[in-house]
Amino acid sequence: MLEVRDLAYRFPGAEAPVFEGLDFTIGAGEFVALVGGSGVGKSTVLRNVAGLIRPSSGKTASPQAAERGTRDTAFVFQDTRLLPWRRIRANVGYGLAGLGLSRSDKRARIDEVLTLIGMRDFGPRWPHAVSGGQAQRVGLARALAVHPRLLLMDEPFSAVDALTRQRLQDELLDIWRRLRMAVLFVTHDIAEAVYLADRVCVLRGAPAGIVFDEAVPAARPRRRNDPDLQAFAARVADHL
Amino acid sequence: MASGGNSGDARGSRALLRIGLGALGVAAFVALWDAAYVFNWAPRGTLPDPFAVPGALLAEWRNDRLLPAVGSSLVHYVWGLGVGTVLGFGVGLLSATSRVFDDAHYMLARILRPIPPLAWVVFAIAWFQVSHAGAAFVISIGVFWVNYFATAAGVRDVDPRYYELARAFGHGGFIKRVGSVTLPGAAPGILSGMRTGVGQAWMTLIAAELLGVPGMGQEMNAAAGVGAYDAVVVYMLAISLIYTLSDGVFALIEKRLLRWRP
Ligand SMILES: Nc1ncnc2c1ncn2[C@@H]1O[C@H](COP(=O)(O)OP(=O)(O)OP(=O)(O)O)[C@@H](O)[C@H]1O
Ligand SMILES: [Mg+2]
Repeated sequence: MLEVRDLAYRFPGAEAPVFEGLDFTIGAGEFVALVGGSGVGKSTVLRNVAGLIRPSSGKTASPQAAERGTRDTAFVFQDTRLLPWRRIRANVGYGLAGLGLSRSDKRARIDEVLTLIGMRDFGPRWPHAVSGGQAQRVGLARALAVHPRLLLMDEPFSAVDALTRQRLQDELLDIWRRLRMAVLFVTHDIAEAVYLADRVCVLRGAPAGIVFDEAVPAARPRRRNDPDLQAFAARVADHL
Repeated sequence: MASGGNSGDARGSRALLRIGLGALGVAAFVALWDAAYVFNWAPRGTLPDPFAVPGALLAEWRNDRLLPAVGSSLVHYVWGLGVGTVLGFGVGLLSATSRVFDDAHYMLARILRPIPPLAWVVFAIAWFQVSHAGAAFVISIGVFWVNYFATAAGVRDVDPRYYELARAFGHGGFIKRVGSVTLPGAAPGILSGMRTGVGQAWMTLIAAELLGVPGMGQEMNAAAGVGAYDAVVVYMLAISLIYTLSDGVFALIEKRLLRWRP
């Protein structure tokens, strides 16, 4: 689904690269968590993968081209980044322009994902009139609407309260189970990473590299207090 | 519910109080003005009796001077405002989106900007004679600068994270990006510039017409020339009324376009 080979990125004007020599792959439908401390370069990895910035060297590639009416990757931002001048519906449909979809196709897509996040009736609202957790769901719906094969999520739940975060995590797992897109999920919350992901990668160092990459040894559905998960989380923490 | 009703009442009576005090303020001003008239505080014959103004209004209306003057001024106003707004918006947008254009014009803008619109009257007369076009030209200059700066600043202030979003969701091309992020994001600044222009245009309009282009400014000049200062006041109040109307209409449009704001 995604192959990252020897990826390095240096900001223009910076002396050292943020990271270098990154190698990892994500299989179709696989859920991978990328964990790392603040400022280590997680967001920069995602922006490379999404094609928002160009790697200094190495490459990120998807083997197949996107199907008609879809985008290969879609991004969920930590700060939701809803356009305040578009109603919720128009925000959700933002990525559908230029995909060759008819009006009714677009409408169906928007209805589909609004239903998926349980916000069917919120379409006509303005972004300022939804809660933080709801805005985060809308950001997810906007990404899902383009039927991505790879969903890139940058600490999407870090700005909401703990209870909402757990609910959003379970909703995400439920959606992922149904749609089976691949996910690259960035977080600095180890418990979140091991609860959600099939595999956890740890990014560390300066310049950063991947210092840990292992499958989560627990079947689904998982319990948050599963001792195996907690033991694995402790091992991840050792590498952070 | 009861408390809601109470606070509603409180708000209602506050609004009434405000209107009452406002009217009192106007009355006090008229009283002061009348005192100045009665006790001759101003040079003799230059201050009209406030209570003669309604009569003067009627006279201006009867002898068919008021409406043609208003109409003529509106022609200058609409053309000057329209041309100045469109050009100011366009150049401002270009300067904030194109690096090359910005570099190419910033020095010129810095040279021309400090020249007051009325300084251009000389050229307006030379190029357009004493005509509607000349008056509109002078007005458009002031309006241009207001819109130019408001648009450029509004566009530069758009949060760059929205541009990253646009790229991530297939709106990276110029047209889509400008349409979905730049213009709506800059709209509050652009519209407040346009609204300032709506007011600014009146300021230069009257001064431009004082030079003799038919309109309210010229009528005021003519009335003052024969000592009819009450008629001057009539035109001043007419300007105030038309400004209030045009600003009110623009405020409605602005509110409608920016209804996404909390
Ligand atoms: N435009 C920039 N120019 C230069 N350096 C930058 C720029 N943006 C970010 N950096 C630096 O690159 C590094 C990686 O930033 P990045 O945002 O990817 O970190 P992160 O792992 O996502 O951190 P966080 O968990 O706090 O979001 C940081 O040390 C940051 O200071
Ligand atoms: Mg980050």
